[in-house]
Amino acid sequence: MGPEPLLGTAVTTTRDADVAALEKGVGPRRDVRALAAHQTAGPLAALVVAVIVFALSTSTFFNSENLALIAQQSVVVGTLALGQTLIILTSGIDLANGAILVLGSVVIGKTAVHNDPVLAALIGLAVCVVVGSVNGVLVSLLKLPPFIVTLGVMSVVAAASRLYTSSQSYPIDSDFLTFLNRGPTAGGVTITYGVMLWVVLTAVLGYVLSQTSWGVRVYAVGDNHKAAELAGIKVKRILLSVYVVAAIVYFFAAWQALGRTPTADPSGYTNANLDSITAVVIGGTSLFGGRGGVVGTFIGALIVTVLQNGLTQAGIDSLYQQVATGVLVVIAVGVDHLVRRRQTR
Amino acid sequence: MKIVRRAPSHVRLKVAALTAACAVVAVGCGSSGSGGGSGGSATLGIVELNLSNPFFSTLEKGTEAAAKAKGWKVMKAEARTPGDSATQVTAIENMIANKVKAIVVTPANATALNGVLKQARDKGILVLTVNAALDPTDAADATYATDNVAAGRLIGRWAKASSPADPHVALLDFDLSDQPSADRHKGFLDGYGITLTSPLVAGSALTQGTEDTGQSQMENLLSAHSDINVVYTINEPTAHGAYTAIKNKGLAAKTVLVSVDGACSGVEDVKNGVIGATAMQFPDKMGSMAVAAAAAYVKDGTKPKPGVIDSGTVLITDHPVPGVASQTSAWGLSHCWGPR
Repeated sequence: MGPEPLLGTAVTTTRDADVAALEKGVGPRRDVRALAAHQTAGPLAALVVAVIVFALSTSTFFNSENLALIAQQSVVVGTLALGQTLIILTSGIDLANGAILVLGSVVIGKTAVHNDPVLAALIGLAVCVVVGSVNGVLVSLLKLPPFIVTLGVMSVVAAASRLYTSSQSYPIDSDFLTFLNRGPTAGGVTITYGVMLWVVLTAVLGYVLSQTSWGVRVYAVGDNHKAAELAGIKVKRILLSVYVVAAIVYFFAAWQALGRTPTADPSGYTNANLDSITAVVIGGTSLFGGRGGVVGTFIGALIVTVLQNGLTQAGIDSLYQQVATGVLVVIAVGVDHLVRRRQTR
Repeated sequence: MKIVRRAPSHVRLKVAALTAACAVVAVGCGSSGSGGGSGGSATLGIVELNLSNPFFSTLEKGTEAAAKAKGWKVMKAEARTPGDSATQVTAIENMIANKVKAIVVTPANATALNGVLKQARDKGILVLTVNAALDPTDAADATYATDNVAAGRLIGRWAKASSPADPHVALLDFDLSDQPSADRHKGFLDGYGITLTSPLVAGSALTQGTEDTGQSQMENLLSAHSDINVVYTINEPTAHGAYTAIKNKGLAAKTVLVSVDGACSGVEDVKNGVIGATAMQFPDKMGSMAVAAAAAYVKDGTKPKPGVIDSGTVLITDHPVPGVASQTSAWGLSHCWGPR
C-alpha cells in the first residue's frame, strides 16, 4: 500500500519528487495555495468590515497616519504570532513565546549596558534559540505534549527573566537596537523598518511553507503525525526544526519590542502568548494543526489591533475590545470546526 | 454489621504517600509555627500580591525585616497574579493551621478573603491588611495603606495648576474594579475639579499598568485627539510608555504628565522631565506599621485602632505650584522604593 494521501494528494517520500511536483505547480503546492487562499478570505473580510465600521463611526480612524500606527502597534504580537503559527500548524501550541520574547529582550537590554549592542543582540538570539531548542527536544524526541512542555518552560523562563534582572527594567539607548522603530517618513506617515521586517518575515515564511518541501512536511506532520511518518517524513526532525525556527522568529519579536518600547522590561508583554494565539486563530489557522498559514495570522494580528485602536478612538470602554476579540476567536474556531466536519463526511 | 470498605491498592498507596507528605509538611511548618506565647517568639503570616511587582516585593521585604528584627518567625505566601485571591485563601488557611499570631495581607480582592479572615480572627489571630482595605473595612482589625484618593487628588491639583490654558485631559487607567486604581482615578478627577463626563476629558483607556500597554493606548488616544495635553496615568511604567507615544508625536514639551507610585525609576523620570509630578507611596512604612501593631498585640493583647490608617503620600515634582505641598526629585530619590 502506498503512502497515505496528505492534503488531498499523495505526497511522495523523496525530496526530489516533492521538489519536482512543486516546480510543476501541482500536488502539494497547488493544494497548499488553494487552502491558504480559502482560509485567508474570512479573516480578510473581517478586517475590511472592522475598518469600514471604524472609518464610518469615527472621524479620526481612517487616515494614513493612524493606519500606519496600527501597523506599528501590531508588529510585536504579529511577529510573535508568526512563530506561533508554525508551531500550531504542527498541531502544537507555544505558551512560552511571550516569556521567550521577554527573556530575549532583557538579555539584550542588560548585556547592552556594558557591551556592544550587536554582541548583545547575538547573545539574545542565542538565548531564544536555546529555549526554543529545549521546547523542540522535549516535544519531538521525548514526545511530551506541547501544551505541558511550553507551560512549564514559560514558568521557568519568566522567572529566569526576573531573577536575571532583579525585576528591574533596562532603558535602551542604542540606535542599532531601536532602529526597527524608525523608517522612511512621507507626509507625516512613517513606515517603520519593524513593519517592513514583519511583512518580509510573513512573506518569507509564507513562501517557505507553501513552496518548499520543508513547508509541505510541516503541514503533513500537523495534519497527521502517523500518516506523515508512514509517508517517510522524519517527523521528529521537522518538529525540532519548527521549534527552533519559531524561536528565531521570537527573537525578531523581542527586537521589535525593544524598538517599540525602548525599555527591556521583565514585567511587560504579560499576555503576549495568548495574544499571539488569538491572532493565529482569528487568522484562520486550525488549532488542530495542518491548515492555515502566516498570511492569515498577519491579518489576524491586524484585526486585534484595529479593534483596540478603533474602539478606543470611538470612546467605547476598553473591556468591549476583549468582548469583540473573544467573539471573533469563537467564530474562527467555529468556522474551522464546520469546515473540518464537512471535509471528514 | 459494620462494613469496612477498602480502597483498591493503588489508591491506598496514593493515600499513604499523601499522608506521609502531609506529615513532612506539618513537621516543617510546625517548626516555624511553634513558639507563640505572649511576648515570646511569635510567627507572623505575610500574604502578598504577585511579587513580580517591585511594589509588593518591597512591601513584603519591609514587613519581613520588621518582624525578624523582633525575633519573630515568618510564613510567607503570595498570589500568582493580580486578583488571585484563591491562592491567598489557601495560604491563610495554612497559616491558621500553623497557629500564627498575626497575618499581614495585601488582599487580591476586597471581599474574597472575608470568610477565611473571619476564621482567623475567631481563633484569636490579629488580621491586618496593607496597601488595600477589605469591604467592609472592619473585616480586618486594621488597615495600613496609602490613601489613594488623596494621592490622586494631589496629582490632580498639581496638574490643574500646571495645565495649559486650553486643557484636554486623557486618563490611562488600570482595571477600575481594582480599588486602589478606582481611588486614584476618582482622586485625580476630584483634584482637577472635573468629572469623567466633563467636556475637558478627551478620552480614557484601560491599560495593564505596563509600559507597552501605556504606549499603545496613548497612541490610540492621540490618534483621535491630537490636542491632548494633560495625561493622568495609573502608575509610572504606564506613564513612561505614554511619554514615548507623546514624544514620538513631538508633543512632549506641551504635555503635562502625572502618575502615582514613587518607585525609584519613576522618580528618575520626574528628575529627567518625563513625568511632571508623581504621588509617592511608602510600602516599607505600611509593613512596619503593621508589624508594630502586631507587636503590641503579641505583648499584651492590645488591638490597633480599627479602620484605615494612612501610611502617607508625598507629591514629588521639580516644578512646585502654590498651594500644593511637594518635595523635589532629589528628596524623592532618597525615599523611593524598588530597583533603581
